[in-house]
Amino acid sequence: MSIGLTHYLIVSAVLFSIGLYGALSRKNAIVILMCVEIMLNAANLSLVAFSRFITPDQLSGQTLAIFSIVVAAAEVSVGLAIIIALYRQRKNIDVSNINLLKW
Amino acid sequence: MHITSIPSELIWAVWLLPLAAFAIISPLIRPFPGKAEPASYISIAAVSLSLGLSLWLLASVWQMPDHQLLLSGFNWLNISGGPVFNFGLLIDPLSAIMLVVVNSVSLMVQIYSRAYMRSDPGYLRYFAFISLFTASMLGLITASNLLSTFVFWELVGLSSYLLIGFWFHRPAAAAAAKKAFLVTRIGDVGFLAAILLLYSHAGTLDITTLHSLAVTGAISASVLLWATLGLFLGAMGKSGQFPLHIWLPDAMEGPTPVSALIHAATMVAAGVFLVARMYPLFEAAPHALTIVAAIGAFTAVFAATMGLVMNDIKRVLAYSTISQLGLMMLGLATGGVWVGIFYLVNHAFFKALLFLGAGSVNHATGTFDLREMGGLRIKIPWTFACFILAAVSLAGIWPLAGFFSKEGVLSSAIDKQPVLFGLAIITTFMTAFYMFRVVFLVFGGQYRGSHGPHESSKTMLIPMVLLAIPAVASGWLNANGGFERLLNGAATHGFWLGVVGVLTHPMAWISLLVVGSGIFMAYAMYIRVWISPNRVKWIFRSLYAIFTRKYWMDDFYEKLIVGNLLYHGLFQAFQWLDKVVIDGAANSVAFVTTGASRMARRIQTGQFQLYGIVAVLGIVLIALIALVRG
Amino acid sequence: MGINIAFWVLAILAVSGALIVVSMHNLLRTALGLILCFLSIAGLFITLSADFLGIVQVLVYVGAIAVLIIIAIMLTREVECSNMPSRFKLLALLSGILFLGVAIWVMLNTDWPVSSTTPAVPTTATLGNLLFNQSGLVLAVEIAAMLILAAIIGAISVAREK
Repeated sequence: MSIGLTHYLIVSAVLFSIGLYGALSRKNAIVILMCVEIMLNAANLSLVAFSRFITPDQLSGQTLAIFSIVVAAAEVSVGLAIIIALYRQRKNIDVSNINLLKW
Repeated sequence: MHITSIPSELIWAVWLLPLAAFAIISPLIRPFPGKAEPASYISIAAVSLSLGLSLWLLASVWQMPDHQLLLSGFNWLNISGGPVFNFGLLIDPLSAIMLVVVNSVSLMVQIYSRAYMRSDPGYLRYFAFISLFTASMLGLITASNLLSTFVFWELVGLSSYLLIGFWFHRPAAAAAAKKAFLVTRIGDVGFLAAILLLYSHAGTLDITTLHSLAVTGAISASVLLWATLGLFLGAMGKSGQFPLHIWLPDAMEGPTPVSALIHAATMVAAGVFLVARMYPLFEAAPHALTIVAAIGAFTAVFAATMGLVMNDIKRVLAYSTISQLGLMMLGLATGGVWVGIFYLVNHAFFKALLFLGAGSVNHATGTFDLREMGGLRIKIPWTFACFILAAVSLAGIWPLAGFFSKEGVLSSAIDKQPVLFGLAIITTFMTAFYMFRVVFLVFGGQYRGSHGPHESSKTMLIPMVLLAIPAVASGWLNANGGFERLLNGAATHGFWLGVVGVLTHPMAWISLLVVGSGIFMAYAMYIRVWISPNRVKWIFRSLYAIFTRKYWMDDFYEKLIVGNLLYHGLFQAFQWLDKVVIDGAANSVAFVTTGASRMARRIQTGQFQLYGIVAVLGIVLIALIALVRG
Repeated sequence: MGINIAFWVLAILAVSGALIVVSMHNLLRTALGLILCFLSIAGLFITLSADFLGIVQVLVYVGAIAVLIIIAIMLTREVECSNMPSRFKLLALLSGILFLGVAIWVMLNTDWPVSSTTPAVPTTATLGNLLFNQSGLVLAVEIAAMLILAAIIGAISVAREK
């Protein structure tokens, strides 16, 4: 059967869900960041898939994917800097200790 | 001789003038503590004007063909779709006479107070309250419906409270004021119940309308009985009938002029006035008058027994007042309105004079205790003269005023109920005895105290002398039957016939005999000491104990009712209710709120992953809802 | 035909890479799983005729981001057994599955307006035109540059030793 839009979209959905599960259930901050990257990649994948199958001559999905990659890169660098600063402070990066967002 | 009738606007001024005096004086209490003299001038001016107007009013009423004047006044309370209450004036001979009495006694007392209260820091306050009292009493007398009567009734009670507790920093005075207010309150409950009952059955509270309704039998007899009993309960509170008499002796804690005005002549007469005012209702109700007469006669004897043993001059006079009020009630019930009111008028004058005399004696000797006085007839002769005239009048010796009024009561009592007549005769004997006991102890023998007694100032003596004239002569108002005619419409007869002719009745001689023996016994015990008072005390020691303990009535009220029944019983129940039920309800609201919030707080863990999960679940939920609804 | 096989292989590799990330306890193995995932997605881009984007994916994601992540792993010292599930494992599983269900249901039930035009290859020129043309997204590019600058400054200031 020929590969259509839905195949790519399903792959993207599966990747996104795996990333979601990981982001919500892992204790290590770096792993959470990695799962967020997976989610962003899944989004990029579906963007490019839409661009390829719905407007193939206008590459608007791909341009958006490029910007998404830019943002992801910036975010990873800042996130890792924060994690390193956190590690310096507490000597571990267990997110269950980061629980002050409650008052 | 025909006098022009008083214009109706000026009739309002009779009670508005003292009220205006009160309103003018009271704002000045704070700002000007030093200059207090003008207050007394304002107050005395207002009362004198009011007295003049009330004399004119009396003359006008005398001339009017039906002897009645009804001023409709203005609409005071207008409940839409419901009752309408007027605020008007009812002027008939009863109210006109009472107006003159109240105004004259108030004027004399106020002039006397200028000297008596001269150095008192509360001078301004005193005159303000006296004016308020006068205004309330005048308003009560002239009110045309029961509701405004009740308003003034309460105002009179308030003024009495303020004046008894005048020296409020003395705990005894404060307690006495509270007691007076509370005990009269019990009576006022009866009055209010009677008002409600009458309104619901008669549809109106207007006094003249109620009279005609009662006479024609439009109100059922049982309703009338309960209503009159309620009214009489109010009268019992104000006039100190048993068992609501306990406040009067304590009320002597107030200044002596206050006792003279309020607790001898006017306020305590308000109860008698109320019964007289609503007399047609009392006549129409079965047995109401019998109850009034019985309670009145019993109170008369009861209070006289206690007056025999008191050592404080004002206490003796207080019990004497209670006893005389009992006789007034007896007279009202057995002889009609004119007997009781005649007695009231006479009593006002000589009792006020007796109190003012007691105040003068106090100024001279610095005490009220009888055991520290004596021999004052030489030291304070003017006071002695006035006092003994008043005492003779009270005891009831011909031809002074008290004789004629007592005659009226005794003759009507023997006509109706011989038992009550017997009680009244015993009262007469005891009255003469204790009155002259006071006279002999204070003025006779040698001075037993340590003060240097001196005569009082003219400002105090002149009102006393002026009061002595009606104290002696007011009995002659009825000599030609004019008093009775004014209130009753009976026929008149010649003046001298009335004065002298009364001696032809055997009743007169019986009462003179009883009075004479009372005086003689006092003379025997206190001047000649043929029988020493201590020996009599020893012989009757059990009775003496009962009398001095006031029949344990004060203990009964305070310990039993207030202490146990109310304090430990009812109030404990209320406190339990407040603490457990009401506080419990309020607290449980708080507990539920904090408990719920404690549980809800657990959502905020601070773990962002939980927040993320909640967000995702929320998104899923929204998406599902959007998809399902198409 | 070839594309189909490529798609399936690459898809399975991507999913397994993601699964490695969420289940391995050893941190470095998760990092490698992440790299596998990225590379597979780059391949998928290529199958979608997005050649420029695929290369950019390899350069940026694998070359920079994944390396950065590995450096951070090194710096935080816990390598061996540190990829533990938190106590929200079941809830997260539930939410993941629910989300997946909803997404797939939507995707399968939407009528996508697929067009059958052939894609433009190579895409570099077209992308370049789109991005840097005057009537294109040049403003967005400049802003993206600002964003990167801000991120650099931010990262340096946060991670600095005092």
